[in-house]
Amino acid sequence: MEALLIKVEKRNDVSPSIYFLTPVLAIFLTLIGGAIIFYVLGFNPIEALKFFFITPISDLYGLSELLVKATPLCLIAIGLSFCFKSNNWNIGAEGQLIFGGIVGGGVALLFYGHEGFYVLPIIILSGAIGGMIFAMIPAILKTYFNTNEILVSLMLVYVAKLLLDYLVVGPWSNPEGFNFPETRQFSESARMPILFDGLRIHAGIFITLATVFLSWLILYKTYLGFQIKVSGLSLKTAKYAGYKGKTMIIIVFVISGACAGLAGVGEITGPIGQLHRNISPDYGFTAIIVAFLGRLNPVGIIFASLVVALTYLGAETAQIFLQVPKYTGQVFQGMILFFLLGSDYLLFFKIKFLGLRKNEL
Amino acid sequence: MSFDINFIGILIGAIMASSVPLILAACGELITERSGVLNLGVEGMMIIGAISGFALMVVTDNLFLAVMGSMLSGLIISIIFALLTQSLLTNHVATGLALTIFGIGMSAMIGKNFVGIPGKEFPLLFVSLKESVPFFGPIFFGHSIILYFAFLLPFLTNYFLKNTKVGLIVRAVGDSPTSASNQGINVLLVRYSCILYGGAMCGLAGAYLSLIYTPQWIENMTGGRGWIALALVVFATWSPIKVLIGALIFGGITILQLHMQAVGLRIPVQLLSALPYIMTIIVLVVISRDSRKIKLNTPTSLGQIFYKEK
Repeated sequence: MEALLIKVEKRNDVSPSIYFLTPVLAIFLTLIGGAIIFYVLGFNPIEALKFFFITPISDLYGLSELLVKATPLCLIAIGLSFCFKSNNWNIGAEGQLIFGGIVGGGVALLFYGHEGFYVLPIIILSGAIGGMIFAMIPAILKTYFNTNEILVSLMLVYVAKLLLDYLVVGPWSNPEGFNFPETRQFSESARMPILFDGLRIHAGIFITLATVFLSWLILYKTYLGFQIKVSGLSLKTAKYAGYKGKTMIIIVFVISGACAGLAGVGEITGPIGQLHRNISPDYGFTAIIVAFLGRLNPVGIIFASLVVALTYLGAETAQIFLQVPKYTGQVFQGMILFFLLGSDYLLFFKIKFLGLRKNEL
Repeated sequence: MSFDINFIGILIGAIMASSVPLILAACGELITERSGVLNLGVEGMMIIGAISGFALMVVTDNLFLAVMGSMLSGLIISIIFALLTQSLLTNHVATGLALTIFGIGMSAMIGKNFVGIPGKEFPLLFVSLKESVPFFGPIFFGHSIILYFAFLLPFLTNYFLKNTKVGLIVRAVGDSPTSASNQGINVLLVRYSCILYGGAMCGLAGAYLSLIYTPQWIENMTGGRGWIALALVVFATWSPIKVLIGALIFGGITILQLHMQAVGLRIPVQLLSALPYIMTIIVLVVISRDSRKIKLNTPTSLGQIFYKEK
């Protein structure tokens, strides 16, 4: 009998090339996994993958849609990277997005009929503040009552969803809307400017890009960024160095809440133009995958947001051409994260092949 | 409103039924967490259990196979989690989230052809006693076998953890995997078993929803119950008996909310629906304030990656 000898050794240093190559490997493995699933379900896997990943971006409109979806994903993931880098598990970005949308939408309704250049900035700002306030809840409970932020931030997602539902059905519903669960269409000056005629891509992309640049500055060029990274690597070191742990928790939550709130307000003033029940197709949850896939690095997150945005578009196309449910996108999103996390093993361990050896019987 | 003792009985019976999936999933997750593993994939495993159970029921027309199959599929999908977190040493939180996202997507894909198919009647026990015995009838009788199992499970789990050798080993692994390993305990084997058991219980919880509670397949039908089950484990400070109490409270709020809507109280439906989530947060705050209380029961190594140099 022959046996393949494999030895697993711990690496002492993580090579940067592998660090950014494993996400690519994860995407590749996801495609293979997806092909297998499509095959099992009775589809031609090559054709199905083509519908999923190539057809959606084969024209200008598709590319614009890709950016429309990547805009909120990237923005939220950037915010989350601050939390995750410092070991704070904010998984309620979806709730912060919705609450930001609610506050921003409320202000937009308040300005209904007003026209002026000042309207949109006020709405955007209030959306960011809304997200911020909502993210403060798990942060404050964690710092002062030692409460688990994972569960609190998550429970608040449901609270936000129900609050939105209440508002659009009840007090904020469109008086001329025949009882549809939606608000009025916001007035023209409350809408994000569209960049190109006939496409949906809007000015929100500049907010995202500005946030990416700003967060790069904060993370890599300021003392605060250094503190965030150190507390993520070792809480003990951070304590020893005298960093104010509680303030830090609140700061990272505020940053990620503001980003999620901005994403929410960007959606309602951008592609949607009003408030209704489903202002987000789980962008807040998917952004967690984006943050990881982008290695919590601002530039990495830009690329990751494009990849994950494509799974949204792909699911929509596949729904039309293959009659699969829109949730199919989540299968790919889950797989990407599985493979990414799994291939991280290669970062910390070396796998050595020692060759074949004949076993003595 | 007339005061009817039988109505109260029926209400309590309904509360018990709505707490079953929470008890099953939370008791499963409790064992997983006691071994030091935090699996946030409860919602995903539950929904996979729900669709597998329902699909098997439609295909085989056999409820026993459907229930067993749902447990098996919950177990199979939890293997992904076990493999990643235990053998490839991935982060528990991220892996669990991936499992939930993947599970919801996968269940919708499998369930595509099962939307709109009516369910089958699940056999209930002691139905005649339910009607004949006043007040206690609807409480104790006329339920499915899974409900009786669910109400026994917290006590069995408690006994297992406190009075059996294997239970002690599970707790030892959760509290200090390194010293357990030095004692010659196979930490990986224990953790794998606990994760797989948790998966099976979540699968069963899902099957209860799709086969008994609302016998049909609806996309995303677990509706956040998996997350509540996770919260329940913390709420109960890792004690199975308190899981039962907590699940009844949550079931109670759900049922109360339905009845208040029916009676037409002038409270927004959404506020009532939000109550269980707000309650969870409040309870979490109350129990977490006392750090000793949490420390006494929390598995010390919860969510930490265990790696043994070979």
